[in-house]
Amino acid sequence: MVKIAGLKKAYGATQALKGLDFSVPKGQVVGLLGPNGAGKSTTMRILAGYVVADEGTVQVGGEDVVAGSVATRRRIGYLPENNPLYEEMMVVDFLRFVAEVRQVPRAQQRQRLEHAIERCGLSTVLGKDISQLSKGYRQRVGLAQAILHEPDLLILDEPTSGLDPNQIVEIRHLIAELGKEKTVILSTHILSEVEATCQRVLIIADGKLVADGAPEQLGKGEGTVTVVVASRVGLTLEAGTVRSVLEAVPGVSRVETSEAEGGGTLGFALRYQNEDPRRGVFEAAVKNDLLLLEMRRQQVSLEETFRKLTGA
Amino acid sequence: MGTTIAIARRELSTFFNSPIAYIVLSGFLLVAGWLYFGTLFLGGQASLRAFFSIAPLLFVFFTPAMTMRLIAEEKKSGTLELLLTLPIDDWQVVAGKFLAALATVAVGLACTFPYALTVSSLTAQPDTFDWGPVFGGYAGLLLMAASFLAIGLWASALSKNQIVGFIVGLLLCFGFYFVDKVAVLFPAGLAELLQFLSVDYHFENVARGVLDTRDVLFYLSLTFAGLVLTTRSLALARR
Repeated sequence: MVKIAGLKKAYGATQALKGLDFSVPKGQVVGLLGPNGAGKSTTMRILAGYVVADEGTVQVGGEDVVAGSVATRRRIGYLPENNPLYEEMMVVDFLRFVAEVRQVPRAQQRQRLEHAIERCGLSTVLGKDISQLSKGYRQRVGLAQAILHEPDLLILDEPTSGLDPNQIVEIRHLIAELGKEKTVILSTHILSEVEATCQRVLIIADGKLVADGAPEQLGKGEGTVTVVVASRVGLTLEAGTVRSVLEAVPGVSRVETSEAEGGGTLGFALRYQNEDPRRGVFEAAVKNDLLLLEMRRQQVSLEETFRKLTGA
Repeated sequence: MGTTIAIARRELSTFFNSPIAYIVLSGFLLVAGWLYFGTLFLGGQASLRAFFSIAPLLFVFFTPAMTMRLIAEEKKSGTLELLLTLPIDDWQVVAGKFLAALATVAVGLACTFPYALTVSSLTAQPDTFDWGPVFGGYAGLLLMAASFLAIGLWASALSKNQIVGFIVGLLLCFGFYFVDKVAVLFPAGLAELLQFLSVDYHFENVARGVLDTRDVLFYLSLTFAGLVLTTRSLALARR
């Protein structure tokens, strides 16, 4: 559906995109992640046909977005960042205007409008001026505008920014539903959102693609095991020896001191890369007469992967 | 075509749903009427000539006021992104906005038509009133307005500040109005060129009731140039 190769774009002296490549097959819901200024919005603007790239090719449905600009724009529904809308227009007039400019056939116009209005839950605010709407309703108008011509590809630039938690859940439901039939590319910097809605994550940092995979797969295999150990009755616990015992466990790459529970207990955090060290920790504890009071594994979250890859 | 009309219609409804339309139009009518009727009875001649001689200068001020927000506002509020990602060519956006502005001017001019009716009823024998210069004058004003609006639209596309759009438009329109007034200071060849560039000079021909292709072509090419430049500015906004 989308094919991007060698994409470069500079605004004056700042290089926003430094050679971006990725492609998205039909029907996938993809999340673009990245810190502010990484080039997410620029990528989406180029895809949507607003901005022209300096170098590289972008194809939507096999057609170039520059050479076949109007044709590709017809297949795309776009929700720009900050959701700009004609404030002085009534919701229904605005949607009708978009339908007309998008050349939705007259015979289907009514039905398509009704469908978009119903889907986005706008029927109670149709006669209001857009300037009077709350942020959540504005966002829904932006979404309705983007879906009313039934596009193959939806590009949503930060669809949930500035919404309250209830509204975020609503919009996510809507996106999930739309994702059943359409290809969706959305950007966000809320990581849990990607985990909730996307089948695939692309992490962009400094104008380049730094990670690409399913959200639950990114950073898999890495993690931390926290343990709390105590001495058996009659024995004393020495931090140094315990540490060296834990360091010797296969799979553990680094041992850090962490919170203990007091009363002669010691706490450690064991980092591991590939191998789950819990079995080894237990065996080492038995062998060295240590009591394991607690052992907990934490896999690396998307958040940590994100922070590591984007250099925060 | 349908999309151009849709854009023009949206623009018109926004314009007439806001106070700007009424302020600009009633301002125009007030000033034009005052300047015209203030001297009409002193001149003792039942013609619209005085109206047609002040109208160009009024247009210099009022047309940029109509066009200043057309693109600058969309740039400022960000809706330009929405508009330029709709499946339409840039020239259709420009044409739609231009047509809306032209229709507004046509409404303003239609509102001055009672002047012509008043004056024709003031003549001793109403059926001898010479309508030729009146229609010529209106046609000329519409052509002139078209060229001013195209220039103003370009000025509006230059920045996201409406005031900049207004002032640049005003200066350009004033330049095209004023250029033949200084022609006497220059040698004959240059003076002729300056005269040819003046919208006012061409208007005098049209207002006499003589519709010369040269004059019509001048206005049309000025309009066309303005619209092409505007389309180019939109393309630059995509960079």
